[in-house]
Amino acid sequence: MTAAETPPPLFQMEGVSKRYGGVRALEKARLEVVPGRIHAILGENGAGKSTLIKIMAGVVAQDEGRLLLDGREVAFRSPAEAAAAGIACVFQELSLIPDLSVADNIALANPPRRFGMIDRRAQRKLAEEALARAGAEDIHPRAAVKDLPLSRRQMVEIAKALASGPRALILDEATSALTAGDVAKVFAVLKRLRDEGLALLYISHRMHEIAELADTCTVFRNGRNVASFAAGSRSNSEIVEMMIGREYSNVFPPRQASARLASAPVLECRDLGWSDRLREISFSVGEGEVVGLGGLEGQGQRLLLLALFGVLRGTTGSVLVDGSPVAISGPAAARKPPLSMALIPEDRKTEGLMLPMTVRENLSFAALDRIARGGVIDRTKEEQSIDDMVRLLEIKTAGLDVPVGTLSGGNQQKVVIAKWLMRQPRIILLNDPTRGIDVGTKQELYQLLRRLAEAGAAIVFYSTDYDELIGCCDRVLVLYDGRVVRELEGDAISERALIASALNVEAGQKGTAA
Amino acid sequence: MREWRYWLNEQRGTLTGLAIFLVMFAVYVANHPAGFTANVVHTAANKGVLLAFVAMAQALVVITAGIDLSVGMVLVLTNCLASWIVVGGAMPTSLGVAAVLATGMLCGTINGLLVIYGRLQPIVATIATGAVYFGLALLLRPFPGGSVNEDLADALTGRLFGVVPSSLVALAAVVLLVWLPFRRSVAGRAAYAAGSSEPAAFMSGVPIRRGKFAAYLLGGLLAGMGGLFLTFFTYTGEAAYASGSAYTLWSIAAVVLGGVSLYGGRGSAVGAIFGAFAARTTGDMLFAFDVDPLWQPLLQGIVLMVAVSLGSLALLRVRNRLDWFQ
Repeated sequence: MTAAETPPPLFQMEGVSKRYGGVRALEKARLEVVPGRIHAILGENGAGKSTLIKIMAGVVAQDEGRLLLDGREVAFRSPAEAAAAGIACVFQELSLIPDLSVADNIALANPPRRFGMIDRRAQRKLAEEALARAGAEDIHPRAAVKDLPLSRRQMVEIAKALASGPRALILDEATSALTAGDVAKVFAVLKRLRDEGLALLYISHRMHEIAELADTCTVFRNGRNVASFAAGSRSNSEIVEMMIGREYSNVFPPRQASARLASAPVLECRDLGWSDRLREISFSVGEGEVVGLGGLEGQGQRLLLLALFGVLRGTTGSVLVDGSPVAISGPAAARKPPLSMALIPEDRKTEGLMLPMTVRENLSFAALDRIARGGVIDRTKEEQSIDDMVRLLEIKTAGLDVPVGTLSGGNQQKVVIAKWLMRQPRIILLNDPTRGIDVGTKQELYQLLRRLAEAGAAIVFYSTDYDELIGCCDRVLVLYDGRVVRELEGDAISERALIASALNVEAGQKGTAA
Repeated sequence: MREWRYWLNEQRGTLTGLAIFLVMFAVYVANHPAGFTANVVHTAANKGVLLAFVAMAQALVVITAGIDLSVGMVLVLTNCLASWIVVGGAMPTSLGVAAVLATGMLCGTINGLLVIYGRLQPIVATIATGAVYFGLALLLRPFPGGSVNEDLADALTGRLFGVVPSSLVALAAVVLLVWLPFRRSVAGRAAYAAGSSEPAAFMSGVPIRRGKFAAYLLGGLLAGMGGLFLTFFTYTGEAAYASGSAYTLWSIAAVVLGGVSLYGGRGSAVGAIFGAFAARTTGDMLFAFDVDPLWQPLLQGIVLMVAVSLGSLALLRVRNRLDWFQ
């Protein structure tokens, strides 16, 4: 781009506010999106970025404030209207239809037509062009989206946004599941689009991506914009401080002294493999140790936890508990003594909680066998254990008999964790447990993890948040393409080391099956 | 993958339905005393076509991840109506046919409005409307009776050139004129998209309501065609509750046999037609084997169970147990 005078903004937001129930998601937010620029939006989870995008893309309407397109006020009542105005969005939660083909998806909202019918030949051509433009020629337009791996689906999503011929393109964590080779291709595409005069809005947690791409940065915190500045004019630590608004060194409890080295491993994997998506994974976790799983999303971390918990069939290699090999037939077997495992799932809404049921019922589900006698639930015992948990985790709820769906995200997550802690597990597997919860609750969870470890639990902790891995874990295994590519320990766990090994830079352009 | 493998993958459900039907029909014909003759095919076709219309109607709604429990009652209602008004000369008969089909579409419209704008669960909405449609049918025909234009009835239930059952030709015409245009329209695409993943469809700006509405509307039309053909076969109208309920339940079985996913977004009405033929053949097969009538419902149930299980064989290959629940 040239250093000439700034062109007039394509899209503006002025004083935009949005509340969900009592929660303030955006407060008088301002934003100017200029053609021919890549504008990065930074902020923690819950800073209001997603809400900002959703308003811009017509998914939700703002409570107050104005949107201006080419200087004229507009109101989008649906994503279709925003798309018609030339705003395309690559959503973090993929907006693809799993049962339709790639070509159907790319031309989803506005397919080419002849005599009122969809012209499949034209559609195919359009899809091929869009895939080529996104640098994803390897994807067949007739393939069903549900048969594609996540990284390919994300490329389809990008091709779909390009196919609509947008004037402004929003990318919300659009590279989270891509391989390093794909990321490079996508970056080249984005830079070309910028030179063609598109306005790009880029949301990412990855500082190095932003450093490479962005022309302008805006930082959000708690629904307000904190600052806008030219890319490269602030250091990373300055930006991080803007994002969290405080020193972040003391968020995490101190690590345990490495006394664990002496203890025998509680959980051990040898050459664990599954399909072509987990390969030759070997590691061990000792009593009182927190082992992190790092890497880009979708590199097998979640599958590894599922494999350990007995959800996957046909795994190869062996899992040892207390030094003896075990065959885990399923979650029901995994949670029983002597294994005593617990898996805190990532998607609390589907795998962790029964949302319409009460807090009390949700809390006792996993431990029903412990508080029941002869198939009948012992109410007094249930009461006692639930009280203990609510106190221990400081769950904020209007009562034990309200539906768990009415609690805030952070408190819902506490219920999921409490539910498993009632079984007093020895091996705790956590799948990105802090996603979408507030900083305060996160800190409580960190403290809790450490306390559990000190009490002798062996913890495997997958997180997409590098800071958490750095702050919470004694060791971190970085996964790439289903393999452990790096093991970091103690002070060697740094953001730089995590990112470098997560991108597996040495491995280069290799495609992934994850 | 080669191009044809993608095609195979897309059509897998429909082809499975076709295969199940062909195997069953071959067994049936081979054991039929008369063998593979125009007569046997003709009788089988006429019986199959009725359920095929209802199953197509069901498939349209199931594709949107809904279910239509009123579909059999729409058939009964339109049958009763046709036995009053599809009579007389060419002009009154045509108007009568048009009115019967319009009634079917009206029923579909009501279902669609309740589900889309009333935001009712399809299963509840259509139980209620089904009861209403049956109530209307009963008012129209408290006792079985009525008549139909017999020339038209015979033309549509007879044979073309002495061999081809004309009901099959009519069914093929409906596939060409109703189903294929729907499948290839934006509304049809929207119906599939909404059935497969409604949030993703919304995010993508797909006209979800239009797609769902078209599915319910055309579902009503197809059920109305079924009612019309029922009148052509029987020459009378009858508000038969048991028959209406049976059509509804068998239409769901037919849809599953034909490879339409009850979770929505997958399958085709053509598959549902094969499913309907296969479901009909389960009953006929027992006649061919000369089974004691007392045993027939039980055996028919078992054959159906086995046939439906074929579709879930894929679950045995699942290696991530969480996929069972998706």
